[in-house]
Amino acid sequence: MKINFLRIFFVSIVFFIIVVFFFSLTQSSKYDTSKMVGKKISNFEIEEFYNNKLISEMELKKSNYNLINFWSSWCGPCRDEHEVLLKLKEINKLKIIGVNFKDKKPNAINFLEELGNPYNLILVDANGKKSIDFGIYGVPESILIDKNLTIVKKFVGPLKPRDYVEILEILNK
Amino acid sequence: MLSITGNVLILTILVITCLIIYKSLASLKNKKDVSILPIIYQLNLLQTTLTITTFFVLVAAFIVSDFSLITVFQNSHTSKPLIYKITGTWGNHEGSLLLWINIMVIFSFLFFVINRKNKNYQLYTLIIQNILIIGFFLFLFLNSNPFNKIFPIPKNGLGLNPILQDPALAIHPPLLYIGFVGSSIFFSAAVAALITDINSNYFARSIKPWIFISWIFQTLGIVVGSIWAYYELGWGGFWFWDPVENASLLPWFAMTALIHSILVLEKKGNLINWVILLCLLTFILSVTGTFLVRSGVLNSVHTFANDPSRGIYILSFLSLMILFSIIIFFKKSKKEKYFFNINSKETFILGNNWFMLFYLITVFVGIVYPIFTEVVADTKISVGPPFYNSVIIPVVIPFLLAMAVGPNLKWNKNEFFNIKKFLTLFLLAILVNIFLVMLFKSSSFIINLILITSLFLIFYSLTDFYNSIYKKIKFDLGRIISHLGFGLMIFFIALNSNFSYEKNFNAKVGEIKEFNIYKIKFNGLGVKEKKNYHSIAGSFSIINIKKNTLLNLDPEIRIYKNPETITYEASIKSSAFQDYYLTMSNISGSDVYNIKFQNKPFMLWIWISAIMISLGGFYNLLKKKNKKIIYEN
Repeated sequence: MKINFLRIFFVSIVFFIIVVFFFSLTQSSKYDTSKMVGKKISNFEIEEFYNNKLISEMELKKSNYNLINFWSSWCGPCRDEHEVLLKLKEINKLKIIGVNFKDKKPNAINFLEELGNPYNLILVDANGKKSIDFGIYGVPESILIDKNLTIVKKFVGPLKPRDYVEILEILNK
Repeated sequence: MLSITGNVLILTILVITCLIIYKSLASLKNKKDVSILPIIYQLNLLQTTLTITTFFVLVAAFIVSDFSLITVFQNSHTSKPLIYKITGTWGNHEGSLLLWINIMVIFSFLFFVINRKNKNYQLYTLIIQNILIIGFFLFLFLNSNPFNKIFPIPKNGLGLNPILQDPALAIHPPLLYIGFVGSSIFFSAAVAALITDINSNYFARSIKPWIFISWIFQTLGIVVGSIWAYYELGWGGFWFWDPVENASLLPWFAMTALIHSILVLEKKGNLINWVILLCLLTFILSVTGTFLVRSGVLNSVHTFANDPSRGIYILSFLSLMILFSIIIFFKKSKKEKYFFNINSKETFILGNNWFMLFYLITVFVGIVYPIFTEVVADTKISVGPPFYNSVIIPVVIPFLLAMAVGPNLKWNKNEFFNIKKFLTLFLLAILVNIFLVMLFKSSSFIINLILITSLFLIFYSLTDFYNSIYKKIKFDLGRIISHLGFGLMIFFIALNSNFSYEKNFNAKVGEIKEFNIYKIKFNGLGVKEKKNYHSIAGSFSIINIKKNTLLNLDPEIRIYKNPETITYEASIKSSAFQDYYLTMSNISGSDVYNIKFQNKPFMLWIWISAIMISLGGFYNLLKKKNKKIIYEN
């Protein structure tokens, strides 16, 4: 009896490993967040930059469209996209939320004083953990979210003038 | 033209292989006839000749740059030097698979010709091996055919990946393959042994040389791959616990366990089930490794273009192999009883096997766990050096002790080992360690233990060596060389990891930086033009302030033309006691370069001692052959 049990145990482990291997073949080998588009973002609570008040997903429902931009003062490409963000600020229908990513507060304040503040609201993700729920793996990245918290569009890397045009088109639909 | 030749050859070989199986089965049914029909020998010879021819047809296609073949088009270019046109043959998935099959067929032929004493065993081994051969040939023909055509014929090829254009890489795959694929023959022999219930002593003697050959070549293959990674990939170390490196370790652990337990089977007739299990496991792990690497489940420098259909084929084949081995093992294996004395050689060899199995399982878990979490929980994790270092390093300490003492014990006898020798050498090891720590200053507790135990193994092996040469006490010299090599390797690795110096910094041309005892000056940049690349070469002076010595290093950034790729060539100055290692890469859009400077002691000795491990096996292989000749005469 004892040996039979051992045999079954052994065989099921081998079987299990083979099944895992079969499934691993269907997994895509690159980390890809493009499949996030069309999905809803989950509930969250993130601190506000200036007064540490907790902000939740309710904030996003106030506006038809929100652009959440993840940035840092230490990130070079974030400087490049700043012009585009300032231009996007002029659009009334759009609310721009900045998430300050793995940054030091004084540096971030300097950054905004130097280049101007494009954000309607700034949140803080000091250790980069909250951004993971938004499918973010680096800065700069931006996601366009509608009132129902659905991700409409995702921008990896700095925003370009043509992204500005694309966002305008989406808003005017 | 070459495409048709290749395809016709493959189909012919397939037919011959089927014929071999058919004729062997017919010969098995005919119980009266004790000898094997000459036709089976002839078919075998034909199969081997044609398989080797097929390989050379592909080599020829690479040499003449026949771009009508997709494989040649994708992996070669007319501007490549001839040597890399030839080595390009196995620098890709299809060609290397053909090499794989060649080794299977050649081993099958040689094993069949050499072991003629037991007809049933000989024929069953042949049948099993040829079923495996058919499996791989079908895979080659249907899924990864190196003779597939492309039309219209391109004017030139895409070129061989520059990091593969290297002499070490020319020999790394063939060496490793002899090890990996060579294990197929003792897989087949083990299955045949189960079916025919052969005398265990004969079984042990018939597969022993094949285990040695596979083990020697696999050890060498791993070392050469490691040397290549050291100077070509610019990572600056000898082992990175990269998943693919680890995949090559799995069959090596199983084979190392086998090379020890086969001795027990040969001398005492014990452990037959365990040896058979290890034979099956070794080849299964080789195929598992191939699956993980070729299917793209693991990503690394070894991944050729990803293609899931390959993975499905290899995995299905692997599953069948495992299923078949399990069924036949559970059905045919007999119960064994063991009576081992604690202090006998057998116990220590079994101990070795447990250590090997422990390493094997650790590394296997390290490889499979990330795949598992991704499939089950869709989360990416990576298992890296901290895991392996913390699990494996402490276990190396008792392993080294057992490795020194074990071989000196007698078979069977419960005789206490020489406690005086043990204590003297252990004390000597501690003294040398204290001296080393004083010489080099800092050292951690665990490093001290490793240094002491490895020194202990070195001294023990040296006394064995002395006894066998001068006192004519019978010792296995091959074993002494391998164990000494292993002791030295661990010793130098411990010193290396403890006393390496590494510094990363940014610098512009003309700048001088000072760290620790080094002054590093960035003298200038130059441009070189070569046949298939041009490069930006930096010139650096390293001044050792303490010893007041000067050294020039010139790392390169190479821009290859076909395919357009950038590689970073480390500049390495090796001497007997230390390597200086420097790589540079430019920071885009600026005139600042990122420099990585390393001082690594005893690198050369790590390679030498690793090669020594396999030389021990080589000595044993040759020695056994000599003995056989005398015996037969």
